[in-house]
Amino acid sequence: MTATTARPGPRGVPRWVGTVGWGVLAWVVALIFFLPVLWMAITAFKPESAAETWPPQFVFTPTLSEFRLAITGMGPFLVHSIVATVGSTILVLLLAVPAAYALSVYPVKAWRDGLFFFISTKMLPIVAVIGPLYVIALHAHLLDSLGLLIILYTAMNLPLAIWMIRSFMLEVPNELLEAARLDGAGRIREMSSVIMPVISPGLVSTALICMIFAWNELFLALNLTVTNAATMPMFLISSVPQEGLYIAHLSAAALIASIPVIIIGWVAQRSLVRGLSMGAIK
Amino acid sequence: MTVVEDLAVPPRTEVLPRGMGRRERWLRRLPLLPALIYVVVVTQIPFVVTLWYSFQNYFWNSPAPAHFTGFSNYTTVFTNPSFRGALVRSVFMTVTAVIAAMILGVALAVLLDRKFFGRGVARTLIITPFLVMPAAAALVWAGPMLDPNFGLVNYLLAPFGVHHVAWLSTQALLSVITVMIWQWTPFMTLIVLAGLQSQPAETLEAAKVDGAGALATFRELTLPHLRPYIELGILLGSIYLVNVFDAVRLMTNGGPGTSTTNLPFYLYQQVNNAFDVGGAAAAGVVTVILTIIVASFALRMFARVFQFEEARA
Repeated sequence: MTATTARPGPRGVPRWVGTVGWGVLAWVVALIFFLPVLWMAITAFKPESAAETWPPQFVFTPTLSEFRLAITGMGPFLVHSIVATVGSTILVLLLAVPAAYALSVYPVKAWRDGLFFFISTKMLPIVAVIGPLYVIALHAHLLDSLGLLIILYTAMNLPLAIWMIRSFMLEVPNELLEAARLDGAGRIREMSSVIMPVISPGLVSTALICMIFAWNELFLALNLTVTNAATMPMFLISSVPQEGLYIAHLSAAALIASIPVIIIGWVAQRSLVRGLSMGAIK
Repeated sequence: MTVVEDLAVPPRTEVLPRGMGRRERWLRRLPLLPALIYVVVVTQIPFVVTLWYSFQNYFWNSPAPAHFTGFSNYTTVFTNPSFRGALVRSVFMTVTAVIAAMILGVALAVLLDRKFFGRGVARTLIITPFLVMPAAAALVWAGPMLDPNFGLVNYLLAPFGVHHVAWLSTQALLSVITVMIWQWTPFMTLIVLAGLQSQPAETLEAAKVDGAGALATFRELTLPHLRPYIELGILLGSIYLVNVFDAVRLMTNGGPGTSTTNLPFYLYQQVNNAFDVGGAAAAGVVTVILTIIVASFALRMFARVFQFEEARA
């Protein structure tokens, strides 16, 4: 089906009209969905005086002044977010790879129960335990620490990672495994020289998904950290003043906070589907 | 892209080779143990502690130590209209947002399934809302988008007779749900699109040859094919949306009044504003029990969804 064929479609309308109409409709819808993001980006480049006008201004002299204002004081938040995100993702992979292995390659007897246990923890609402979690963290001297965020973000992402990595391990061709076994490879070598190379792209997508969730997390950070471990979402909240004009400033901060994940997501679109469906959709 | 993973995938080696010795069994368990122990410790201990506090009278702001009060926290939970209100609102917000996002997701997926100029870019634009940090999305909607005086939404709706509506105070619930739908429609779109693209082209061709119209084909062939994908999307979407906190906290702070207070925000308030650890714990335990009831159905659905291609193997 190409746009140049003039064959009539149903009801005598040339087929290309339908094709073009379809494309236009799809683009309009896409732009509507993207509009709030676009508006955030546009507003971020306005001076504050141009952001609070009626009607909203679409033509203005772009400025970086709000970005400059927004990034002052952002440093610690950024560092905390990076440490919590990267730290928890590494820990997730260290725990999830062996677990996925034990649920797929040489499965334990109750591998099915194991899989469902992990996913069931994802359904328990963390909000229900926030008070006691605070008390535990307090007594363990973990309150307001990056260690606490790493521990909790790891637990949050581990089920997803196990399911996902397992789905990649199941894809390792049997012939490769058999060939390695015939060569007398033990389980360690089989893992390092056959399985790991095949699943490493999968590990990258798993890591990206975990990073997205950890980076964006607010609830735990808000409840359990104050200054020593406050992350980017909290930086964002702090950029909203109690009074005064703030729309351009907020947009700049929101853009900075969101952009790493937006870029990761754009780059890893394919793996996004797989990760979000916990490995169900390839 | 097809859904091929399922729980019935034959394991790499026999699950339990005859005569598998004690040593082999432990050798297999060993790699699982760190993750298993980790998850048990980190996710189950807080629940046990929650259970403990749910029977205690314990306030942050009171110097009195926690002491046993029996079921009084639970009595409060069950007689407290604000807990019930938050529960009902939570269910309403989740169901509305998930269904609306799914309907939009199917529509967008159908749009994106056809070839058109710049499809890749359009797809990228559509998934972006999902990638925006939820806190950022909430604040951008609350300010630049929905501000009564400067907001883009009022400007775009002005030709339709909408003038400076203070969305967050007059249409708070609608505003919050809109943001939830906006963020989760891309997720549904991606999952349904994967389903559409896994539909065998021959089936559709055959239907066309048989003279079936586009609508009939969609209803009779495509929708049944999409069913497991739609179920998966609804299931996963619900898991995340029932816990929505950022949008409520940052857009409306649960208000006006309690009109947007869902369960997560209610529990947050109990701990942070009412300082009532015991009461919040009891409410938490009730929430967890309700979740377990719902989740046991969800898990069954999970098992079904993840096995739907078993027959093909």
